[in-house]
Amino acid sequence: MARKSHVQTTINGETVEFLCEPRQSLLEVLRDELHLTGAKEGCNNGNCGACSVILDGRLVNSCLVLGAEIDGKSVETIEGLADPEKLHPIQDAFLENAALQCGICTPGFIMSAKALLDKNPNPTEHEVRYWLAGNLCRCTGYDKIVRAVLDAASAT
Amino acid sequence: MQAFEYIDAKTVSEAVALLDEKGDKARILAGGTDLIVQAREGRRELDWMIDIKSIPDVNVLDFDSDTGLTLGAAVPCYKIYADDAICNAYPGLVDATKIIGGTAIQGRAGVGGNLCNASPAADCIPPLIVLNATCAIVGPNGQREISVEDFCTGPGQTALGQGEILVSLKIPTPQQNSSSYYLRFIPRNEMDIAVVGAGASVVLDADKQRIVSARIALGAVAPTPLFAGEASALLTDKEISDDAIDEAAQAAQAIARPISDMRGTAEQRTHLVGVLTRRALNGAIQRVKDTA
Amino acid sequence: MAEKKEYKVIGTRPIRHDGVDKVTGRAIYGGDFQITGLLHGRVLRSPHAHARIVSIDTSRAEAHPGVKGVVTAQDLPTAADKMADLGEGAVNLKYLCDNILASDKALYKGHAIAAVAATNPHIAEEACELIEVEYELLPPVLEVRQAMEPDAPILHDNLRTSSLGETGDKPSNVASHFQHKKGDIDKGFDEADIIIEREFVTGTVHQGYIEPHNATALYNPDGQLTVWCSTQGAFTVREQLAEILQYPISKIKVVPLEIGGGFGGKINVYVKPLAALLAKKTGKPVKVLMNRADVFEGTGPTPASYITIKMGATNDGKITAAQTSLFFEAGAYPGSPVGAGAMCVFAPYNIENAQIDGYDIVVNKPKTAPYRAPGATNAAFGTETVVDEIAEKLNIDPLEIRLMNGAKEGDRRADGPVYPRIGFIETLEAAKEHPHYGSPNGKKYHGRGIASGFWFNIGLESSVTINVNPDGTVNLVEGSTDIGGTRASIAMQAAEVLGISAESVNPTVVDTNSIGYTAVTGGSRTTYATGYAAYEAAQDVVKQMKERAAKLWDVDEDNIQFADGEFSSINGKEEQISFKDLSARLGETGGPVIGRATMNPAGAGGAFATHVVDVEVDVDTGKVEILRYTATQDAGKAIHPSYVEGQIQGGVVQGIGWALNEEYIYNDDGAMTNASFLDYRMPTCLDLPMIDAVIVEVPNPGHPYGVRGVGEVPIIPPPAAIANAIYDAVGIRMTELPMSPDRLLKAMGKI
Repeated sequence: MARKSHVQTTINGETVEFLCEPRQSLLEVLRDELHLTGAKEGCNNGNCGACSVILDGRLVNSCLVLGAEIDGKSVETIEGLADPEKLHPIQDAFLENAALQCGICTPGFIMSAKALLDKNPNPTEHEVRYWLAGNLCRCTGYDKIVRAVLDAASAT
Repeated sequence: MQAFEYIDAKTVSEAVALLDEKGDKARILAGGTDLIVQAREGRRELDWMIDIKSIPDVNVLDFDSDTGLTLGAAVPCYKIYADDAICNAYPGLVDATKIIGGTAIQGRAGVGGNLCNASPAADCIPPLIVLNATCAIVGPNGQREISVEDFCTGPGQTALGQGEILVSLKIPTPQQNSSSYYLRFIPRNEMDIAVVGAGASVVLDADKQRIVSARIALGAVAPTPLFAGEASALLTDKEISDDAIDEAAQAAQAIARPISDMRGTAEQRTHLVGVLTRRALNGAIQRVKDTA
Repeated sequence: MAEKKEYKVIGTRPIRHDGVDKVTGRAIYGGDFQITGLLHGRVLRSPHAHARIVSIDTSRAEAHPGVKGVVTAQDLPTAADKMADLGEGAVNLKYLCDNILASDKALYKGHAIAAVAATNPHIAEEACELIEVEYELLPPVLEVRQAMEPDAPILHDNLRTSSLGETGDKPSNVASHFQHKKGDIDKGFDEADIIIEREFVTGTVHQGYIEPHNATALYNPDGQLTVWCSTQGAFTVREQLAEILQYPISKIKVVPLEIGGGFGGKINVYVKPLAALLAKKTGKPVKVLMNRADVFEGTGPTPASYITIKMGATNDGKITAAQTSLFFEAGAYPGSPVGAGAMCVFAPYNIENAQIDGYDIVVNKPKTAPYRAPGATNAAFGTETVVDEIAEKLNIDPLEIRLMNGAKEGDRRADGPVYPRIGFIETLEAAKEHPHYGSPNGKKYHGRGIASGFWFNIGLESSVTINVNPDGTVNLVEGSTDIGGTRASIAMQAAEVLGISAESVNPTVVDTNSIGYTAVTGGSRTTYATGYAAYEAAQDVVKQMKERAAKLWDVDEDNIQFADGEFSSINGKEEQISFKDLSARLGETGGPVIGRATMNPAGAGGAFATHVVDVEVDVDTGKVEILRYTATQDAGKAIHPSYVEGQIQGGVVQGIGWALNEEYIYNDDGAMTNASFLDYRMPTCLDLPMIDAVIVEVPNPGHPYGVRGVGEVPIIPPPAAIANAIYDAVGIRMTELPMSPDRLLKAMGKI
């Protein structure tokens, strides 16, 4: 077994330190070491988006990032999105639009949508669909998810 | 996943020295979107991952209308298509960077990694070929340059020797009245690997009625991406016409030697080479015409 | 009993009760579960599609540092060849156990051979590679027609065909053959002016839920086994564990955590018994997670099929006869959903003369599992395509021919049941009136198709208790795992009875020790049956609260009425008290009030749907683009319309995936070559338009609010509707699923 690396990073605005084996992905570190289980493992090879997080301002699949790579970087996860007393507008829009059924893909979709709206606050339906194509949902047929993201865009 | 060591290299020479020392069991980590999956699925044995993203030289993204584009090997796709000047100069390459994986993949994956992974279906390689891109390589014995066309030697195999790394890609400044186009066929609209990919670049005359020269390259129809030399040559100094484009498309089909796999059948791929070559050429021509 | 009435809560769209947890990442799904001392389990799977297991040597794995235990089929209690009643049908116990861990033969690539528990998942994976298995390779058989050949490789030496009451005398891959007959099939075809007979082939497809299977198990020294997991039914997990482990039900507690999709695929157990075996062996809690390839290769997809359909009609469009043979892949062990397919194949139509033959056939693929209206989508692809062809040949509008022949109350289905009040005709009328159907459809290579579908829905057991809180809210306790918003749809039915808001009901899904038996979340039963139980439990609350009001006012209980959230005295004293105020006075009137109900309602009522789709075919590449989609469906009564729409939209999109690209692709060795979300091509949002879900409400007489299950029927029409649209666009009848670009290119003669 390789020696564990010591990593210091910022997660949802807080400085966090952890030890990880080089083979542990950021997703594994978040879930198993830091107990931030909002990011989900759906495929572990970058094809479903359930593990989406924002790394230094850019959307990534946390299953395709090594934990060791995030030393000195900044990570945003679903757990950091809401204020203590108030949901983020995207979260509200998902609830208002019934944009989730089982909910397993929801954290990934919300983080992906946040990355989109941070960059493009007024996307078209096509832009939303293009941006979210890396996030699979098997329950909703995407209709209500796309509407939720468009609603969140117009609400902010 | 197998156990390995992770090293965050700070300079090109450090990365080269490590790679030279560790040999086959060391791999360069850039975007990681192929390498991490290959390691996880046991498709690639390795003891070392050498991360090059902290090295300034591989993060260069510099476009100069006189000297062309220098594209560091670790620059992720999203930085390329965020640059308007690059989008204007090399639209065919930008086409590819926008369709590799989804947006999250594009946050990490880059053109350099796509090339070094050397998949026959790699989306970036046909446009690099038609844009006459070259590879700046550094190894234990110094620097060298080769054309992208010569870089891939087989599925997952490249011309990189022991200890050599790809530092950057260089693409010449586009000529007047030229443009490029890349497209692929996939059964879905995103999140797929090319069943067939086709890239084209064209230089038109001042009236935009004749093709001065053209380059065509194909993906996923041979062990490596192919430059369709004869097909390209057929278009030299030709009036733009459906016949001329059909003739080039047929010549492109003639060099395809595809396999059947879960992504498509050989006959489907050969057929698609014709369809996509036509669409790529027409797309590139249209782009020139659309430019004032 | 059900009639159109005004409701306060039902039909509104409140925020779901579990919503905030799910949009903040706090909801705990099976894979998220953590417990002190946790070990991680991984599974070694057969690389071969068909092989005899000669020997398994686990010694090197056991010696690997960090490994705490290894199990093989030897660790399962002896599997006697007996039948056990397990939720959706009886399952042969040996087959059940062998599917958990192969004993004598590996019957598909991905078949579990051994499982390892270690201090971390990577070590467990490494150890799997150290297990040495000697296989004797056997030829695989992967397709029903090949499996029926006389010289086909035989999967089970002891399997004899059970056909119409007779048992065969030699080994066969055909597990069973059954038949339904109605009227006189020969007479029906004699009366026909036109007869269309076609063959159809459909591919193996997977439910494709995003969350892989998972389980964490712990054995206490007192023998108590606890399993935390994602499942569609905690009680059916408990039953299956009891059978497979030969362990008393009283010593098993199953705790259902949040579930990330199932669609029928999370009823059967796979890793749960492995977690239990490893927990027993190690004395530690063990979590076993599948990866995505494990899910594709090691869990039940829904079957590929070969189907023949023959239908006859008179020149004026009356369907006089219909005959089908349905050959369904069971996978490695008997038990395909061919029976359900047979119930649905001609169900939308009132046909006087019909014959249905069904065949259940084993092949070297994972044992099939239910998938959203199991069997019905395969069957409807055939029927609805043939109906479309009859309509075209007779020059009758495809909606009109369905209106002419559509089943109504009192009509008898070919397999026996007589319909109660159903809403098929209403879905056709809704489609006809929808602006989509009237819109222009003339562009080159554009086409429009329609198709209908039926699913019978089920009832089964449900239990609900309701505890009244002093502030006038209630806590509702249920056993139905919430896979798509059923906490809300169940709570809303209780709220309607109690005259309180949806938000005043706090629904909780609990473990098997904490609620009465509740069957799986499946068969479109949960909002119907558990909702019905919630209705009855709420009525029980009302009855008890009336007693309290009577006590308070010292009047006879019969003199208390409850309406609009107010209890009042109707005789003598003019007293009135709100539900909320009375809730605060329960202590002084006799103690807490707990309402309870258990049900096994029989009147699930059938669900019908009619879909209209517009497509564009790229004739150069064979790719089909969905341009517009409208789905009309009889929901009986939509409790929470947003989630009904969501079920329709989700089902439609799964059907679109099945129609266009999804399939298990096999190589000659019987190995699946596309076991990833990259190459098993489920639709992304960029592949789709908005899906217009039109809810039709024809109340189900078998439910107090008229509810019909809505989850399954929307997956049924899309493949046929799209095939019919492709025909409209390019004049080619597609008879094989998926209608992938290469198949369409071939059918158009382009390659």
